[in-house]
Amino acid sequence: MVATVTLTIDGIQVTVPKGTTVLEAAESVGIFIPTFCHDPELSKPGACRICVVEIPGARNLPASCVTEATEGMVVYTASDAVIEARKTNLELLLANHPDDCLTCHKNGECRLQEYAYYYGVRADAFPGEKHQYPIEDDNPFIVRDMNKCILCGKCVRMCQEIQGNNVIDFAYRGFNAIVTPAMNTTYSDTDISNCVFCGNCVSVCPVGALSEKAMLGMGRRWEMKKVTTTCPYCGVGCSFDLNVKDGKVVGVTSTDGDVNGRALCVKGRFGYGFIHHPDRLKTPLIKKDGKLVEATWDEAIALVAEKMGAVKEQYGGETIGLISSARCTNEENYLMNKLGRVVLGTNSIDHCARL
Amino acid sequence: MTNSIGEIADADFILSTGTNTTEGHPVIGIQVKKALRKGATLAVIDPRKTEVAELAKYHLRLKSGTDIALLNGLANVIIAEELWNKEFVQERTEEFEAFKATVAKYTPEYVEGITGVPAETIKEVARGYAKAKSAAILYTMGLTQHICGTHNVFAVANLTMLCGQIGKASSGVNPLRGQNNVQGACDMGALPAFFPAYQPVAAEANRAKFAAAWGVDELPAKPGLTVGEIIDQAGKAIKAIYIMGENPVLSDPDANHVVHALESLDFLVVQDIFLTETAQLADVVLPAASYAEKDGTFSNTERRVQRVRKAIEPVGQAKPDYEIICMIGTAMGYPMNYDSASEIFEEIARVTPSYAGISYERLEQGSLQWPCPTADHPGTRFLHVGKFGRGLGKFHPVEHIPPAEMPDEEYPFILSTGRRRYHYHTGTMTQRTGALEVFYPTEFLEINCVDAEKLGVCDGDMLKVSSRRGTVEVAAKITDKVVPGMVFTSFQYPDVPINKLTNPARCPISKIPEYKVCAVKVEKAG
Amino acid sequence: MANATLTINGVQVTVPAGTSLLDAATGAGFFVPTLCHDPANPGYGGCRICVVDVKGARALVASCVTEATNGMVVETESPAVQEARKTIIELLLANHPTDCLTCDKNGDCRLQDYAYRYGVRKSSFEGERHNYPIDNSNPYITRDLNKCVLCGKCVRTCAQVSDRQVIDFAYRGFNTKVAPAMDTNLAESACVSCARCVAVCPVGALTYTPLAGKGRTYELRKETVTCSFCEAGCQFDLNYKGDKVIGVTANAPGEGRPLCLKGRLGMELRYADKPLTPMLKKDDEFVAVSWAEALGLEDVLAKIKELEK
Ligand code: SF4
Ligand code: SF4
Ligand code: SF4
Ligand code: SF4
Ligand code: SF4
Ligand code: SF4
Ligand code: FES
Ligand code: FES
Repeated sequence: MVATVTLTIDGIQVTVPKGTTVLEAAESVGIFIPTFCHDPELSKPGACRICVVEIPGARNLPASCVTEATEGMVVYTASDAVIEARKTNLELLLANHPDDCLTCHKNGECRLQEYAYYYGVRADAFPGEKHQYPIEDDNPFIVRDMNKCILCGKCVRMCQEIQGNNVIDFAYRGFNAIVTPAMNTTYSDTDISNCVFCGNCVSVCPVGALSEKAMLGMGRRWEMKKVTTTCPYCGVGCSFDLNVKDGKVVGVTSTDGDVNGRALCVKGRFGYGFIHHPDRLKTPLIKKDGKLVEATWDEAIALVAEKMGAVKEQYGGETIGLISSARCTNEENYLMNKLGRVVLGTNSIDHCARL
Repeated sequence: MTNSIGEIADADFILSTGTNTTEGHPVIGIQVKKALRKGATLAVIDPRKTEVAELAKYHLRLKSGTDIALLNGLANVIIAEELWNKEFVQERTEEFEAFKATVAKYTPEYVEGITGVPAETIKEVARGYAKAKSAAILYTMGLTQHICGTHNVFAVANLTMLCGQIGKASSGVNPLRGQNNVQGACDMGALPAFFPAYQPVAAEANRAKFAAAWGVDELPAKPGLTVGEIIDQAGKAIKAIYIMGENPVLSDPDANHVVHALESLDFLVVQDIFLTETAQLADVVLPAASYAEKDGTFSNTERRVQRVRKAIEPVGQAKPDYEIICMIGTAMGYPMNYDSASEIFEEIARVTPSYAGISYERLEQGSLQWPCPTADHPGTRFLHVGKFGRGLGKFHPVEHIPPAEMPDEEYPFILSTGRRRYHYHTGTMTQRTGALEVFYPTEFLEINCVDAEKLGVCDGDMLKVSSRRGTVEVAAKITDKVVPGMVFTSFQYPDVPINKLTNPARCPISKIPEYKVCAVKVEKAG
Repeated sequence: MANATLTINGVQVTVPAGTSLLDAATGAGFFVPTLCHDPANPGYGGCRICVVDVKGARALVASCVTEATNGMVVETESPAVQEARKTIIELLLANHPTDCLTCDKNGDCRLQDYAYRYGVRKSSFEGERHNYPIDNSNPYITRDLNKCVLCGKCVRTCAQVSDRQVIDFAYRGFNTKVAPAMDTNLAESACVSCARCVAVCPVGALTYTPLAGKGRTYELRKETVTCSFCEAGCQFDLNYKGDKVIGVTANAPGEGRPLCLKGRLGMELRYADKPLTPMLKKDDEFVAVSWAEALGLEDVLAKIKELEK
């Protein structure tokens, strides 16, 4: 039996296991609380304070993501004081945030934007000093625009606590605070940075500070159709979402996979470009006079059936070999095994698992 | 894998042999690192100083091809110091005495002589492994791509049984599959001796069962040839080959021989998404759809069946492989008609006991790990709880066998091959992404600075590497990742077709070629 | 009817004579941006974002007002075309507020679409910004002329209804703006709140007040319904957020019809999850009224009551 506590959030009675945070308790009954620095899979710094709530009797407005729900607690998630605090928080963030939603890659899936809209905070409410960091795009995978960074630290913790590469950390203080690899180098300086371009930091960035380079300009977030599938590379079998626009795969983003959570590696996340590569085979080919020439499906299949049939007839089915594929699906390997044993009459079927 | 990927993070001791996990299987590497943060001990057996070796408390840097000696040495210590799990050995295994007799001579000192690993390290690792509450062994091709690959695996199994480190969470033997669906291809009967779910074709009852399911009178009884044998026999006992999605010209050892063999066939069909080196030799090339263009399932290295979902229409006139196979079958007089991939899967579930409880409908709710025998079975996280597949676990005593080809005066270096983080298999896909090949555009040969100095080469100099079978040119990368006398590269770059050099000598049981050791000479090019 | 055959981006296209280059190109699957072009009200040709390259022509031509003729060779994305479009976008952005952050048109705005497509991040022209007050005197229509790109679509659609012409261009140069007569606010004008101008505005200058702040365009799903109040059959959009209809917006008038407030309110009452309180203008002021009054049913109801007695 797990011990439980019962509290009241916005007038609703909620019973949760002891140790639950106020944020989790609120979410469990569908009450919305904004968060920037909180992530259920990462450690909780309680740093951004956008998630504050009002708890009568508490000093100040506590951050709900690091406040434990206790018996009899009374919580208001949207009192005037709470909304005022969140607005001020957003105004301060926007004060040194570039006005770039117009073409920003994150537009439509950005928490800063979402909350600004929700709380009606306009960008120009609090004009402040803007950063002038150069955009880091000297590698083919990830673009870092630290002008848009809200210093939530999720990328830092993702790289430390999930990926385990410790590439980035906070440096400097105050207005100059920045998230950076050691010695202020770039990701691409891998000898120093230790970055492996898994892009797992990108998957947690709540704003447009980290983006997938090849997805820039390929379509807005709301135009993308997401199709969850399984990585075609190694045997780990990570899940991810193919992002599709106008019938083309234009990117890969994290989903919550059974094996991998949101984590992926460089191949899975950034290795999709072959799908639309011009070298893709687009028609059947038949060798004529030593050269492969284009043919129709009917011609090609008829020729395969005829030749295979002839070999089977003349030498017997066991003289036909089938090399199936560890990269094709179960369904396809199954049918290969069926085709070989039933139609061609051979057990010489194998795949390159051993290689 | 006998465990699940997620369990690795909870292991107290991880013995990783022949796997550069963080590069080869990065997301499993994440679990290893997580275990380390939780205080686990990591021991890595690898001749190379790989990324994961640098994270390890113990790096057992053995001489290539001496794994059995080392593993037997660990067992020797465990028995000598009475650290073995007597209850487990008693109740769940057989042939222990024979095993004990075999490892008796593999004292740490004797093993040090063979492997070069200090006796003291062997003792410490043996103690750590035996005493751990849970201990997972991870291995990949580094262990199996040897002439004694199967014996290597036996040696690993012996060690786990000796300590009872199997059949519970975070403890077991975990081969990490290099390709996404190796597990599934094996499960589905893409094997010469087995129907789906490893049901031997040699057994009359199995043939009768499948003949009935497939609506034919009989099925061939004699187990077929393995992939290496199929290619060896091309033009001889094999007259025609149908290759789906593989590129043996680059992936198989002794590439010159493969090309020659395929050219001597009566008929070669290759079905792929690109015109690979192999497809160029074909009489007919069939354009296949990529994974993004079709529905299906993959089974990962932990036996987890997951959906592949069609996101876009096939490019050009390409078709999903399953459709093409059905067209061929139908054209040859055996109608194969399925409305969808899910209909094929329903048939699979009917004839594959371990998949019987899985359906596309269930997979919509989440993936499932086989065995999953019934529609209400939750799937199986780790294997061999309480009992092995065959009943009692059998010790297979094995002796050290040196590699088939050892360095000599003419070919003084050991060449080992493997994978790079940024690339996959023969590079057909990863060389065409617009990103990966941009960052890691060329292959190089890792060579120790001592050797480099002797040869008078600097970083980036072109080298000519030759074995008894061929020659390739590749740039030098001077590093201490390899010991003097060893060189390493990957087989993932068509520009460096390293398999022109590798030795096709195979493990007599698994038929896996010895990619990890062959003798080469290295010269400055030009 | 005679046809014209021309080549667009290397593809042969045959269209009925009199077809515009814009329709010929989009009909063949090519993308051409437009701002001032209204398919229901064509032939204006003011904004020039739709320019294309016609071989032999002296300059780039506006495709929405150029007829496709036999033998024409057209490029829709030549470097010159892209350059021209970029410049137009830069000029527009030069005095456009950067307000996508909270703008209700974000996600369904032509200016934003085209800026993204042509990679114009910010204007290289440091332009003067307008500082017009936002006009929300009308309970249905918010006018933020700071965002207006002066495409004139609202003016023309309003003028399509005889005797309407509530708004028109006023002033010149930088000060040009769209305004009711005497530059009053909308409430004081002859505006009947039909919101057909809102339906055609390509940017966030005219937005539908009851939906302000209620959800981003990409969170909403639109379903078109046909009004059944009169035989004209004007079309309205139900705006779904999740499975709830949070508001009804004007889509397109029936052939030659005004598209009226009554129709929209009727659809609102019929479909909306929580219908808004109807407001009607009485003595130059908007006041809340009963649904019966809003829908003009008072007479009918009175008669029914009479009969019941
Ligand atoms: S990060 Fe968010 S708020 Fe900032 S420009 Fe991008 S979309 Fe707008
Ligand atoms: S890409 Fe991966 S390794 Fe590099 S900083 Fe991001 S999380 Fe860390
Ligand atoms: S880059 Fe993104 S994830 Fe990292 S601290 Fe900045 S806003 Fe947060
Ligand atoms: S994302 Fe990387 S680790 Fe995961 S399955 Fe793909 S290749 Fe393997
Ligand atoms: S208000 Fe809208 S429709 Fe009217 S001119 Fe301005 S941009 Fe065009
Ligand atoms: S009108 Fe368009 S470009 Fe202007 S602020 Fe609104 S969404 Fe952005
Ligand atoms: S989300 Fe709670 S403090 Fe950041
Ligand atoms: S759309 Fe053609 S000129 Fe405006």
